[in-house]
Amino acid sequence: MAEPTRSPAHEEFRRRDLVLSLSERIAEKAEGLGPLRIMHVCGTHERSINRFGIRGLLPGCVKVIAGPGCPVCVCPVSDIAAARKIAKVPSVILATFGDMLTVPAPDGSLQSARSEGADIRIVYSAADALELARSESGREVVFFSVGFETTVAPTAAIVASLAGRPQKNFSLIVSNRVVPEALELICSSPELSIDGFILPGHVSVIIGSDAYLPLARDRKIPCAVVGFESVDLLAGILDLLEQIRSGIAVVANSYSRAVLSGGNAKAKAFIAKVFEPCDAVWRGMGVLPGTGLSLRSEYSAYDAISKFGVKVGTEDEGVPEGCLCPLVMTGQREPEQCPHFGRACRPENPVGPCMVSDEGTCKIRIEFGDAG
Amino acid sequence: MCLAMPMKVVEIYKAESGIAGGAGGGGAEGVGEFGGVRRKVSFQLLEKVELGDYVLVHAGFAIAVVDEEDARETIDAMDEACIDG
Repeated sequence: MAEPTRSPAHEEFRRRDLVLSLSERIAEKAEGLGPLRIMHVCGTHERSINRFGIRGLLPGCVKVIAGPGCPVCVCPVSDIAAARKIAKVPSVILATFGDMLTVPAPDGSLQSARSEGADIRIVYSAADALELARSESGREVVFFSVGFETTVAPTAAIVASLAGRPQKNFSLIVSNRVVPEALELICSSPELSIDGFILPGHVSVIIGSDAYLPLARDRKIPCAVVGFESVDLLAGILDLLEQIRSGIAVVANSYSRAVLSGGNAKAKAFIAKVFEPCDAVWRGMGVLPGTGLSLRSEYSAYDAISKFGVKVGTEDEGVPEGCLCPLVMTGQREPEQCPHFGRACRPENPVGPCMVSDEGTCKIRIEFGDAG
Repeated sequence: MCLAMPMKVVEIYKAESGIAGGAGGGGAEGVGEFGGVRRKVSFQLLEKVELGDYVLVHAGFAIAVVDEEDARETIDAMDEACIDG
């Protein structure tokens, strides 16, 4: 072939000419369609959408709303309270992602537990936490695990490795969540009226595009699995508009360079080996059946909650008074409609959970202004 | 949280004692590169990986090999639609 110097194809998904052409095709395709609400459910998508100014490239009738795509934001108060209790045990080092430290909770954040003397360390992955346990053999290392399937897969591989090489001073607080089951519950809520789903690309790498078939087949909601570059996002939205126009809902895969219909079989096997589904609270949204994960009995020795005998509440304690995070997370309100937004609630002093994480809709909105 | 970086696989080796590729399944580890930065990557979640592949890396694990041929086809199809449009 006479193209020796072409860059890798995956780097072309930001090409300006393609962005402009897709934007025009979207405008044509949307002509005559009523106001449309397209929901994504991934904080990384919200970040990309703001970064590339995607909303400014869409016609007025196509509204992209942010759903509950931030695992830090949906982590319930009861889990934070349990993590605080365990972190305060003198022998314990609590290891978790940086975003978790400042999540506000009525009894205080993890940051406040830290200022009261708890040893809380920021890690990048479960692997880091396990490594910490191996180097701090005199301490108990507890990994506070949050995240969707993308993050669950590496965590599951780490836990599975403990079967062959046990680590007695290591355990986990599992506050992970799964996406497709939650989407089915979300779209059955009549006040949301969602015309299409932009599905999370990297969750889908793990679980596969087929995991969403019930959404298209049974709920008749157009779906597109979408990557994170500007061209990916616009191509996915174009695909959804084509489905809306034709009246036939399918699960389109606009991220086929990374996502297979069956997902990553090895990753799924690790997850199934280590975890089983359970009911779980999504902060401010209540208990969503079957959307949580818990360790299977073979790995129960690594369950920090039973190891330290902590009681975890099963109720949704929600968000502080006046905070609109639950409505922002389900796309029913814009952050600017919240009385706290940008006033009492700011990234340096968050009132609600969506202002904490880099993936929280309110934090992203404050960082980027309304240019997104 | 679900951010994954595309990295080029520049080294592959069988893990001896590394946590990521350790006793769990004898998976391989290696080194990925992005923008001149090199990082250790576990390939334990992949069926197959080769030097020069681009992989999506999340939390130290490669979760997918980017199908460059598929990416090229997608871009070419869009280029065509761009010209036709």
